[in-house]
Amino acid sequence: MKVLVVDDERDVQILFEQRFRKEIKNNDMQFAFAFSGEEALDYLNIHQHEAVLILSDINMPGMSGLELLDRIKNKFKTPPPKVMMITAYGDKENFETAMRLGADDFLTKPVEFTVLKEKLKAI
Amino acid sequence: MVYLNTIQSSDIIVFFFAGLMTIILLFGFILYFLFTYRHKQRDFNLLQLQKDEIDTQKHLLENTLNDLKLTQTQLIHSEKMASLGELTAGIAHEIQNPLNFVNNFSDVNIELLNEMITALDNQNYSEIKIMLNDVLMNETKINDHGKRADGIIKSMLQHSRKSSGIKEPININTLADEYMRLAYHGFRAKDKSFNAKTETDFDDSVGPVNVVPQDIGRVILNLITNAFYAVSEKKKSTSESYEPIVSINTRKKIAPGGKPTVILSVRDNGNGIPKEAIDKIFQPFFTTKPSGQGTGLGLSLSYDIVKAHGGDLKVSTKEGEYAEFIITLPIQNG
Repeated sequence: MKVLVVDDERDVQILFEQRFRKEIKNNDMQFAFAFSGEEALDYLNIHQHEAVLILSDINMPGMSGLELLDRIKNKFKTPPPKVMMITAYGDKENFETAMRLGADDFLTKPVEFTVLKEKLKAI
Repeated sequence: MVYLNTIQSSDIIVFFFAGLMTIILLFGFILYFLFTYRHKQRDFNLLQLQKDEIDTQKHLLENTLNDLKLTQTQLIHSEKMASLGELTAGIAHEIQNPLNFVNNFSDVNIELLNEMITALDNQNYSEIKIMLNDVLMNETKINDHGKRADGIIKSMLQHSRKSSGIKEPININTLADEYMRLAYHGFRAKDKSFNAKTETDFDDSVGPVNVVPQDIGRVILNLITNAFYAVSEKKKSTSESYEPIVSINTRKKIAPGGKPTVILSVRDNGNGIPKEAIDKIFQPFFTTKPSGQGTGLGLSLSYDIVKAHGGDLKVSTKEGEYAEFIITLPIQNG
């Protein structure tokens, strides 16, 4: 399974690599990282059918996670990658917008990695 | 005897009249004195009344002045608190992020250390060495993010505290960067649809600048929140294609007198400042925001603070295109 993680916090990369250390080592999962919505779209344009799942932060400078979600769901239709939204603001408004734009799941920060792992295994 | 005899008849009348005249004159004088005394008494009473009245007025004015001074202090304080309120959400967000990293990385380290114990039993030293390096890296990250949260709390406290009035050498680039992030998240928390591109371009050669950190922090924060407000207003009234951009940059510049100065500018691509408002923006209580939304003190206070530092605050704008606020501060003015 290939996962693209989109977050403006660069240390998210080290954190994911450590949290999924065993999965990466066993080659069960591969991770790619983008630090802005724009970078994420660039990555998806080059690696069209690779990423199965996209984990995106909503609150990012420039293109927001919701904007990115909208673009992904409109542009990459076959097959549409699953998009999970992660946000520090777990409010109703963000949740509803994410769902309306076609988000497959919605998580609030701080991310419970055990919960996230369960969700990823279910896909 | 002859003499006595000769004065007797006609002079008695003369004496009589003279006496009468003296009495009348005396009376007149007494009356006059009485009259003038009363008059003076009246004048005096009137003056006394006027004096009392003036004293009362003076006291009233003094009280009013004191009230005004108190109100001014309260307004300045409430303006400061209002800007702190705007920041609260940003601060919470900015602290939550590093705190999440601290928790996550320490969780990972507990896992790693437990695995290392097992690996030690199995005498798997190469594996242990890899894990040790990871633990070390994670510890560095915990430290970084702990310090980050610490810095945010410190700057928040600094903002809410009464200004020390004491100048100290600070890194103005760090200060500007911190407030940019806080203001951005603060604005986002209030208006979730808000989004803007933030750009920073800092001149590292500026070095430490001698300023009152709380005061200059307030100026920078005020200019940034104004910029975010300007672009969000433009976004509401223009098409989808508009991309809001707020940028800060610093430059070191040698003033004509040879003194080194730092120029910090905050620029937004909002609607700019209309001609009729440009002369008033630094006046206290002037605001273009709807009533109840702005104190009208932000720019006026900022101007006073910059002037008190021996610096200058200028504005450059084009209606419908941009507004740029330019602060010039002497670098060594201690």
